[in-house]
Amino acid sequence: MSTTAIPSGTKWWSGGKSPFNVSYGKVMMWYFLMSDAFTFGAFLISYGTIRFSVNHWADPNHVFNAFPFAGHANLPLAFVSLMTFILIFSSVTMVLAVHEGHQMNKKGVEKYMILTILGGLAFLGCQAWEWTHLLTGEHVAMLGDGTLSVLPTTVKMNPWGAELDHSTMMAALQKTSHEQLVAIASTLHHGAEGAGEHVAKNLSNQELINQIASSGLHATHTGPIAFGGYFFGITGFHGFHVFSGVIINIVMYIKTKLGHFEQRGHYEMIEKAGLYWHFVDLVWVFVFLCFYLV
Amino acid sequence: MSAQHFENPEITFQPDHSGGTGKIWKIFWVLSVLTIVELGLGYFLYAEHGQIGAATVLATKCLIGVLTLAKAYYIVSVFMHLGDEIRNFIMTIIVPLALFVWFIIAFLSDGNSWKNLRNTNAGSRANQVEQVQEIKEK
Repeated sequence: MSTTAIPSGTKWWSGGKSPFNVSYGKVMMWYFLMSDAFTFGAFLISYGTIRFSVNHWADPNHVFNAFPFAGHANLPLAFVSLMTFILIFSSVTMVLAVHEGHQMNKKGVEKYMILTILGGLAFLGCQAWEWTHLLTGEHVAMLGDGTLSVLPTTVKMNPWGAELDHSTMMAALQKTSHEQLVAIASTLHHGAEGAGEHVAKNLSNQELINQIASSGLHATHTGPIAFGGYFFGITGFHGFHVFSGVIINIVMYIKTKLGHFEQRGHYEMIEKAGLYWHFVDLVWVFVFLCFYLV
Repeated sequence: MSAQHFENPEITFQPDHSGGTGKIWKIFWVLSVLTIVELGLGYFLYAEHGQIGAATVLATKCLIGVLTLAKAYYIVSVFMHLGDEIRNFIMTIIVPLALFVWFIIAFLSDGNSWKNLRNTNAGSRANQVEQVQEIKEK
């Protein structure tokens, strides 16, 4: 086996022109995004497989029906629509920043990068609220021991199973402890009536049961435990992409502000950051489909 | 033409960036309308829950999926400018992603098979879910 003498400092990858007419950095960003698409795709397909393999899956219209400052109003699809439009709009400001970069307009790039960063932060804020709402949520479900309990949605607990029929719920209420009956009754009286936990504590079990039974409470079985893991896992992985995208955009903003791209003569870095940012929006389109719409 | 001064030497043909922002805003409206239609269909599924047949539900969900693919097309083609690249480059991105067609068919049918095996104890008894439903109805 012969060895060829290679002059030191040979640049293998600078052959003079790109066969794809795209710079090396942009090609690699595309291939990274393609591999990331496979990662997200694998997560979503795994979720789909598990969802297809069970008889009852949580209905997104019941799980995601809350809106900040709207109390217990039933608003399915509302909050996630807001999140979706925030992300679409920040995608538009990103592509406008790229456009200003092509025109070598430093001020324009700065303005649209700021708007994109704000859009990303707004989305992260929405996601933080939604996670908090689910993790501290109050949904009444029947545990394995046949008693009702006020439960949050976590990676270990999914209270969103099939709805209990009336006789099962009444039987479960009879078995439920006083503390849990008080907790269930106080979820029924948020705000207006002001009954709350304070009053409920002084009622007898039977009075509480009557109150709960006549309230039209939709108690459920617990559902497949995988729900929380997939929801928090996939939206968390997406949220982490949004977070890192915001960091990248902040770096790009600072470099624009310092005039680095103007000296370089082109704003290609803004284009590469833009590719990543649009990809985050693209993934959200599919997360929105798989978790909230169908 | 482009106002850029020091072009990347790897690029043989510079794309024309002299156009305005009209196309960007047009795609913004397209994406917004598609999202609103999706939300409308999602709300239809919620409002008519239990009153429409399984076939209608499945057809609506498939339609939402098609609209999602349309949104993905516009984002990738226009916002990410993949539509402006040369054909060979587009193919190196799109062709590998075609594997997803098979992934979706294979894994979802696997999940469905898993459900049937569980409900029938691997084919050794009648479908348990249907039995539960019958008892409930009585």
